[in-house]
Amino acid sequence: MAGEIYRKPIMFAIVAAVVILIGTAVTMFFPMLTPEMHPKLEGLKPYTALQLAGKDIYQREGCHYCHTQTVRPLKTEVMRYGEYSKAGEFAYDRPFLWGSKRTGPDLARIGGKYPDAWHYRHFENPRAFFAQSNMPSYAFMKNSMLDGEEIAAHMRANNFPYTPEDINALNGKTEMDALVAYMQVIGTSVKKEMPVKVAEVEVKNPLAGKPEAIAEGKKLFAGNCAICHSADGKGGIGPSLVDDEFLYVKGDLADDDYFEIINNGTKEGMVEEGRTAKGGMPPFGAQMDKNKIWSLVAYIRSIQGK
Amino acid sequence: MSDYQYDNQTVKGFIVSSIFWGVVGILIGLWISIQMWKPELNIAPFFTFGRLRAVHTNGLAFGLGVGAIFGITYYILMRLCKRPLIFPKLARFHLYLFNAAIALAALSLFAGMNQSLEYAELEWPLDIGVVILWVIFAINVFGTIIKRKEEQMYISLWFIIATVIAVAVLYIVNNLSIPATLTKSYHLFAGVNSANVEWWYGHNAVGFVFTTPILAMFYYFLPKSTGLPIFSHRLSIIAFWSLVFAYLWTGAHHLVYTPLPDWIQTLAIAFTIFLIAPSWGSVVNGYYTVGQDWDKMRTNYLTKFFILGITFYGLQTVQGPTQGLRVVSQLIHYTDWVPGHVHMGTMGWVTMTVAASIYYIIPKIYNTEIYSEKVANTHFWLVLIGQLIFSITMWITGIQQGALQKAVNPDGSLAYSMIEIIAKNYPYWQMRTLGGVIFTIGMLFFIYNIYMTVRKGKALAAPRA
Repeated sequence: MAGEIYRKPIMFAIVAAVVILIGTAVTMFFPMLTPEMHPKLEGLKPYTALQLAGKDIYQREGCHYCHTQTVRPLKTEVMRYGEYSKAGEFAYDRPFLWGSKRTGPDLARIGGKYPDAWHYRHFENPRAFFAQSNMPSYAFMKNSMLDGEEIAAHMRANNFPYTPEDINALNGKTEMDALVAYMQVIGTSVKKEMPVKVAEVEVKNPLAGKPEAIAEGKKLFAGNCAICHSADGKGGIGPSLVDDEFLYVKGDLADDDYFEIINNGTKEGMVEEGRTAKGGMPPFGAQMDKNKIWSLVAYIRSIQGK
Repeated sequence: MSDYQYDNQTVKGFIVSSIFWGVVGILIGLWISIQMWKPELNIAPFFTFGRLRAVHTNGLAFGLGVGAIFGITYYILMRLCKRPLIFPKLARFHLYLFNAAIALAALSLFAGMNQSLEYAELEWPLDIGVVILWVIFAINVFGTIIKRKEEQMYISLWFIIATVIAVAVLYIVNNLSIPATLTKSYHLFAGVNSANVEWWYGHNAVGFVFTTPILAMFYYFLPKSTGLPIFSHRLSIIAFWSLVFAYLWTGAHHLVYTPLPDWIQTLAIAFTIFLIAPSWGSVVNGYYTVGQDWDKMRTNYLTKFFILGITFYGLQTVQGPTQGLRVVSQLIHYTDWVPGHVHMGTMGWVTMTVAASIYYIIPKIYNTEIYSEKVANTHFWLVLIGQLIFSITMWITGIQQGALQKAVNPDGSLAYSMIEIIAKNYPYWQMRTLGGVIFTIGMLFFIYNIYMTVRKGKALAAPRA
């Protein structure tokens, strides 16, 4: 009789355990036995000692509580962050660090988006870049030195290859160095696509010299560009925009080249009008429409005195 | 006269401990809620948001939640089995070990020892401690039930048995790791697989810590407080078995639109929708139980705690499945909507039911009446208002975050940068802190009431001069 079970605790416990374990078996144990749960991209490399040290710090500081590391295959998300996340990108992540909350931006494609110098300054004082940021300052990491032996133990636990020289090279490196190294490798096993270029761009800025455009451009510049090129455009992390060089070569470029660089950003080795970029500027095309970019160009021209 | 002695000391010890850890967890919750809009309150390295959040969730889930579950389960167990705990000394040791483990857990999280698995943050040596705690609990639960003096096992005992089994499996599997040093380990599972194991655990930690043991309390203390029998025994049977069956399939609804294989996501979403039925089985049973005499809402001060608690459980278990749907998830996942959802469950359902159970237990143990029903009523309204402010503001700002992240200009470019979206959250985050302050004041009324009841009870028990 079915009612018996409520008088027999051991029988009850066994039946309850079976009932509980069915869903577990189907959705958790079974998939684990299939290759689809263990994918690995061809370009994916194990973390280096310095990168792993950075990832450990990322976990220690609970970065994953405010930053996700997975771009969903949704149009606006891909525009904002880049290529959506692939299953095979995470084979060396124990555990996965996808997170569950985006108080700050997703970091799945942060690797290579900004130059190192940007990260150092941002970790030290996020509000120096974004006045309204609520991210804690992590300046203390500049003065905390890495412990090579401990990191070697971490490498062994992960079964990542390393040499004694790799560990020696950690001497004198700080936690901040490690965290930046980790930032720069996140998501780099997936090839980055350049944002879609605007199909037709005028060669000459249609908004050149227009006061409203310059005013709009000034606002945009302060919010997006001043961080790296400084408020007066004389450069900082990024090069000066008001000297007589462009992409490290004397001589200016045309309006549409300005447009293209703002739209697409720069990548190391990218060639624009015969000049080679060093890379490090993120693309702004996804978050600025044509008018905004032309307004920015108009403003830059105005501070150049042109 | 009964010929046996209940071990009230251990029950009291767990209740007092859980209240203590609850205060710690709630105060840290207030602190991190302020950090959201006042980043200067991050004091590196030990007191940044990233470290305090783990102390907050662990302090409340394990300190307040599991502590109360241990104590109140022991209380229920002895009454339903009509005998003392089978190993009272082991239960006492359980209490000491519990407090030592929670204290060490808090310190280790301040120090940044974090496995980065949500609700399974503790590093491996502490995990071993937690497993030992759970084994001791299981021994006392099963031993006492097997040697019980009441033939029939009441509903609450079913939920307790399911809790003991499920939590053991969940906790052990998800915490399997490769130790590198004493304070650092790496998940045995990697990447996509690691995500699937973690959220199978994470969602069911909610199911078997914040649901089944709390339902055990609900089914025991609601009839006890009101004097009304549970409306339908048959409904509770159906609700129990379908709940414990369906819960374990649903973890992947936390991973919608991630690289996890689609079929696991879809299966999880389907079972999540199904889960509304067994959840509402208990809700309906609760309503119809009190429905035998709605006057109890007025005449018995505990009834409204249980009815509001089960109401929030009902809302929670409809909102949750809705969030699992792809069309909803794509908007509100990763936003502040989710903390709003979680806190309706924890502040509305769990804390409400646990507090009412403690209100019932403490006067019984001390052979007295509650110190003040008025204070209890004030406590009730404050935590209710505080929680509603918290949840509702987070739902609004969550929808706003989701919508702004998707907003585009007429030419299809993104309308808002991330920092512009963050800046728009500040008024809501401040409002949330206000809700938290009101909730905290409510909890202080609760603690005061319990403290005064204990004092009254002790004075009564003292030998007359």
